[in-house]
Amino acid sequence: MSNNAQTPPSGGRGAATLFDKIWDAHVVSTVENGPTQLYIDRHFCHEVTSPQAFNGLRTRGLKVFRPEQTTMTADHNTPTIDQDQPVKDPVSRHQLDTFAKNATEFNMPLFYPLGHTNNGVVHIIGPENGFTQPGMTIVCGDSHTSTHGAFGTIAFGIGTSEVEMVLATQCILQTRPKTMRIIFNGKLGEGVTAKDLALYMISKLTTGGATGFFVEYAGEAIRNMSMEERMTVCNLSIEMGARGGMIAPDETTFAYVKGREFAPKGEEWNKKLAYWKTLKTDEGAKFDKELVFDAAEIQPMITYGTNPGMGIGIKEAIPTLNSIDEAGRISFQKSLDYMGFQAGEKLEGKEIDYVFIGSCTNGRIEDFRVFANYVKGKKKADNVTAWLVPGSWKVEKQIREEGLYDILTEAGFKLRQPGCSACLAMNDDKVPAGKYAVSTSNRNFEGRQGPGARTILAGPLVAAAAAVTGKITDPRA
Amino acid sequence: MILKMEKFITLTSTVVPLPIENVDTDQIIPARFLKATDKNGFGNNLFADWRYNKDGSPKADFVLNNTQYSGSILVAGKNFGSGSSREHAAWAIDGYGFKVVVSSFFADIFQNNALNNGVLPVVVSVEFLAEIFASVNADPTTTLTVELENQTVTNNTTGKLEIFAINPYKKECLLNGLDDIDYLLSKKDLIEEFEKKAH
Repeated sequence: MSNNAQTPPSGGRGAATLFDKIWDAHVVSTVENGPTQLYIDRHFCHEVTSPQAFNGLRTRGLKVFRPEQTTMTADHNTPTIDQDQPVKDPVSRHQLDTFAKNATEFNMPLFYPLGHTNNGVVHIIGPENGFTQPGMTIVCGDSHTSTHGAFGTIAFGIGTSEVEMVLATQCILQTRPKTMRIIFNGKLGEGVTAKDLALYMISKLTTGGATGFFVEYAGEAIRNMSMEERMTVCNLSIEMGARGGMIAPDETTFAYVKGREFAPKGEEWNKKLAYWKTLKTDEGAKFDKELVFDAAEIQPMITYGTNPGMGIGIKEAIPTLNSIDEAGRISFQKSLDYMGFQAGEKLEGKEIDYVFIGSCTNGRIEDFRVFANYVKGKKKADNVTAWLVPGSWKVEKQIREEGLYDILTEAGFKLRQPGCSACLAMNDDKVPAGKYAVSTSNRNFEGRQGPGARTILAGPLVAAAAAVTGKITDPRA
Repeated sequence: MILKMEKFITLTSTVVPLPIENVDTDQIIPARFLKATDKNGFGNNLFADWRYNKDGSPKADFVLNNTQYSGSILVAGKNFGSGSSREHAAWAIDGYGFKVVVSSFFADIFQNNALNNGVLPVVVSVEFLAEIFASVNADPTTTLTVELENQTVTNNTTGKLEIFAINPYKKECLLNGLDDIDYLLSKKDLIEEFEKKAH
């Protein structure tokens, strides 16, 4: 790896990947026999993984080096009702107050607390306000930072020590990852979403299968996707262990970015656009690994276990114990015991208790369109508690403006206020122990949605079908 | 220069075996414990949902509650530390008293976070890992010796030794108790030069 860092594959000679081009354009220096000092264009920051970093700056007597390159939003540890009232939990309130205090003390100009029109889930407000632009390096103390790769950026999650480094110097030290390209040929079938494509891919690679790699997604099925769908795919890169995922920018990307609040304007736009158009993998460029999938084979997906790699087509059965590697059987059985499922059984038709629509994975306007379109004229099942949590206030506003709010209300659903919510259940949105939740979020880890909660990951369409029938249901039926 | 981290040189210790694969950082430290604004106290909640019953009493069947096993080396199944980037996971492991985690592979972000807190992730072969579990299973007083200078890990029951990889820069940092910020702050002029060129 350290050899790689010294002689980048592109190096100005021959064909380069999209990753090589962006990485090489951000190298400030290389530590001898060590990592690369990488310049960071945009840093996103939230209340949970930043307080210790600001404390570190105080201890060292440092200022924030480039405050205008950090965007701060409160999202992880926030209520999704009564946001105009003081936060009830005193420990959460203290964390939010600390976030605000840090923003003031360090003169951070881009601070979006609860209730601000630009507030929302960090990986949703970044793109929707035009902070996220092709060719950038982007980091955040959150593993789903890979979301921004949908715009042709190198975007990845970092720890709090690294948050402190970025605040202090706008740089971090990183070892150059290996590169992987995953091509999806053909078209997705009717009723199959970007989330299904991602869960399918992760089930094939396993939860750790892309560790050490940065992935570029390509092929017809990816090209055909909207920016929202591309964000869903890149978002889930970390769930197979990848350092990040990216998609080369194209007209879809440029059209999305244009006109947003922090996007380049006028002459600056033209200049940037000309550069952005060069951001693609050259013909003949080498990846460390390449995989090809046929998009037409992908079915609506659900997970049955306690990591996102444990996914199956909605009509398929859970694998049998014999089909699992011997070293993995204890973990596999532990996982099924937690979920209350049997090896080899089918899950279609199983009763569920909760449905969650939201998170940085599926909390965008398109996800609510898909959900609303399905439930239109139908009714929420009585046995289901549904949490519909928009990813941001802008998404919330759009839901109302497009008339989706009325459709949802008519079908018996209520809309909550923006935040990460039940994706990680730091707030009160916790699924009770033993209950099943069909969730459009990104992780089905034990206890992720509340102690003892049982999460079944799915796309917004499968979630809509479950919300209406109260059971795991194929939305195409 | 601030010496933020303890120096790491060599360690011989009994081990705590956790033969589970894909241990994610939500298990290492559940999200509801991430509300703190400092780095202290996370060790008490390390593996909280596996370690404690709902009423806070210890779960007898979890390895941290088994008095047979102790020590400052945690040995875990493959893909340890996957999922969330929370550095609180490294603080919890460090806070509990583990100085080394041994596995056949680690998730990337966790590995960085551990190194940034002076906790050494040691990657061993699948066979070597299986052998440690077998040794500890047969005899809980089995010790491992980890020597950072020559990058070796030894199973003192079998006498077998493996060399582990570590980035030479990170090794220097651990041996000397330095961190990346010290390095980056010394490169401020290069950063400003880069910014001028880029814009």
